[in-house]
Order: sequence, then structure tokens, then C-alpha cells
Amino acid sequence: MHTHGVDGGALMTHITVDGDHLARLVRAVADQRDQAAFVSLFEHFGPRVKGFLMRQGAAESEAEDLAQDVMLTVWRKAAQFDPAKAAVSTWIFTIARNRRIDVLRRERRPEPDMDDPLLAPEPEPSAETYMSKTQAQARIRQAMATLPQDQARVLTLSFYEDIPHSEIAERLGIPLGTVKSRLRLAFRKVKAMVGEELV
Amino acid sequence: MTVKHHPSEALLLAYAAGHLSEALSLVVAAHLTYCPDCRDIVAEAEAMGGALLDDSPPARMGGDALAAVLARLTTAEAAAPPRREAPRGAASGGGLRLPAPVLDYVGGDPAHARWQWVGPGIRQLDLVANGRTRDAARLLRLSPGRVMPHHSHTGLELTVVLHGAYTDEQGRFARGDMAELDGAVEHQPIAEAGDECVCLVATDAPLRFHGLLPRMVAPMMGF
Repeated sequence: MHTHGVDGGALMTHITVDGDHLARLVRAVADQRDQAAFVSLFEHFGPRVKGFLMRQGAAESEAEDLAQDVMLTVWRKAAQFDPAKAAVSTWIFTIARNRRIDVLRRERRPEPDMDDPLLAPEPEPSAETYMSKTQAQARIRQAMATLPQDQARVLTLSFYEDIPHSEIAERLGIPLGTVKSRLRLAFRKVKAMVGEELV
Repeated sequence: MTVKHHPSEALLLAYAAGHLSEALSLVVAAHLTYCPDCRDIVAEAEAMGGALLDDSPPARMGGDALAAVLARLTTAEAAAPPRREAPRGAASGGGLRLPAPVLDYVGGDPAHARWQWVGPGIRQLDLVANGRTRDAARLLRLSPGRVMPHHSHTGLELTVVLHGAYTDEQGRFARGDMAELDGAVEHQPIAEAGDECVCLVATDAPLRFHGLLPRMVAPMMGF
């Protein structure tokens, strides 16, 4: 993979595939307010967040500002990162998503409250199906790479295009029901592949 | 309590990707409160988003980006940490218990909110009303046995039951159950006898009502 920076080169290539290392960097930011760890996170994620936002249609300058905001939020909220709940890239994806809704759409994003007395509890995870979110994330990524082309296409369009599924259907020239069934299949396949490798 | 009617994976994915409107997101958030299975699918979708971020082609940041952000770190430090409010769901009273994200929009005890009379046995409380995008979410309170005006719609209509139950062409919907209707589907929910039924309904396009009475009721409901 192509990287920038002389010293950062080898490290960058390394941390690209090492989610546990990224999690340790976030932990160092949270616990020690470690600026060097933050710089590593910034160099890894800043350009990716910016690239992701631009693929979602943000103008270059908007994407730049948002990406900086997102990284600042990473610094501020590092203590809220929970490696038992999500991989670092997933956590940062949700920060970028929420900033985008807040800044570009000027809307709120309602979410369930994990402390809500009405919250229906999760079923207890069985011991043999436990794996770290970092491992799960790596497998989800591999599984996505093996999806059939038609499923992968509706999946990526769903993330990158800020349009309803009815418009995705129109663009691809397929019925809405087909878009939905392809997404259903994609979810099942990814879930099955992630679970399968555990046994 | 087991939830029987769920949103499609496509809808949960749109929510996870951040592409659902505020009103539609509110209905999904209410359903997620009652449904760990759908929370699981949203978490899976978010992990897919994280994987796409991992694989995203990096775009060069501005030359002074890092310096600019580092300069803001200390300011960010000084900013007050977000205040953790008391568990919001606990504040609900009057016998009607609403999920925390819904209660946020009601802004207090639903018993004291300004419910509007829109027809015999039907009251509503607007929660989201965006005139520009026509995005709308409202609580509907139906007396036992009350029939909702017959309607169809051009966009997406999401309904989640928060109290009681109703029945329509698709079956019985009780607390936590969610209906997802798109296109020209018509349906006619009937609140179950014995208890009132409270639903959260969101649309991203105005509803069309059929029949004389509903046509009179529709303008009042603001659909």
C-alpha cells in the first residue's frame, strides 16, 4: 500500500491491518492524553475519513473541515471508545456519520439509549462465539470482499449515496424488492462467514 | 415480550449509514429500544461502514490540517465534558411509557403534552415537522377499537407501536412492532379493543386519505 511520510511508512502499512494497535492508540489518547498516539490516529484516519466523505458527495473543502472535526472528536471522546463494542474504524465511522448529519443536514439523529429502562436486553453471548470486535471487523471486511458483484454494488451504494433505496433501484434498473433482497442476502452472507470461521 | 414485526435490512442499513431522515430515524430508534436483534443488525451494518472506511482511498489532508487540529486540542480539553442526564425513560409518567429517544422529542411528561384532537377517538402530537423536506413524525393516540382513516402514501411510512396494539391487513402489531410501508400500499389499522393504542408514525411524503370522513380529517391531521 502506498503511504506518505518517511518514518511513518512501515508503521502505516502495519497499522492498516492491525486493529488492536489502533485500539491501543485510542486507549493511550484516553488515559494519557498521548499526543503522539493522536498524531498516528490522525495520519491514519484523517485522509480516510476525508476520502470517505468525498465519496459520499461532500465537496473537498467540506470534507476537509469535517475530517478535522471528526479527529478532534476522537481526541475529546476517546474515553467513550469501548473495544468490546466496536473496532476503532467502526467507532470513527459513526462519529463521521453523526457529524455529517449534524453539519451538512442540520438534523438530529435519534438513537436508542442504552440506559433506557425500556431497553430490551441483549441475549447473553455464549462463550464459544465470543471474539473481539477487532477480529470480527477484519472478518467482516474479508467477507464483504467475497460478496457477489450485484450484492456488493447495492451495499456500497447504500453507504455512499445519500439517496433512498427506491432511487438506487431506479439507477440500477431493478425493482426495489430486488435491492432489498440483495441487501438481505449480503447481510446473511457476511454474518454467516463471520460466524463460520469461529468453529 | 417478543417483537414480531421488524424493519427490512435495507432500512436498518440506511439508518446505520446515516441516510434516513430525522423522522424515519426516530421510528427506527424507538423500535431498536425494543429489539436487540435489530440492534445487532445495525451494529453489523456499522461494522461494514467501518470496513469501508478502512478501505477508503485516502484523500490528502490540507498541509496545515494536523497543526490546526493539534492547536485545537487544548481548547477541546477546556470544553466541558458532555453532561450525563438522568436516564430519560424514567421521566415518563401518566401510565404511558415512551422510549428515551421519543421522550426527548416530547420534551416532558406525555400526559401534559399538547395533544391535538383530530377526530373522534384520535389525538396526535407532532414531534418532527420539517416543511422543507416534508419529513414528519407524530404520535397517534387511538381509543380502543378506533379505526384509523384509510390512507395510502407516495413515500415511505414507518409505524412503531409504543402502547397497546392494532391490527391491519398485515396482522397484529403490539408494543415494539414496526410496520414499513413503501409505495402505493393502503392499510387501515384498527386499535385493539380494551386499551388505547399509541403509535409513532413517520412519513417522508404526505399521506393520501380516501373516503369522505378521512378527507375531512386529513387537513386537520396535517398529513
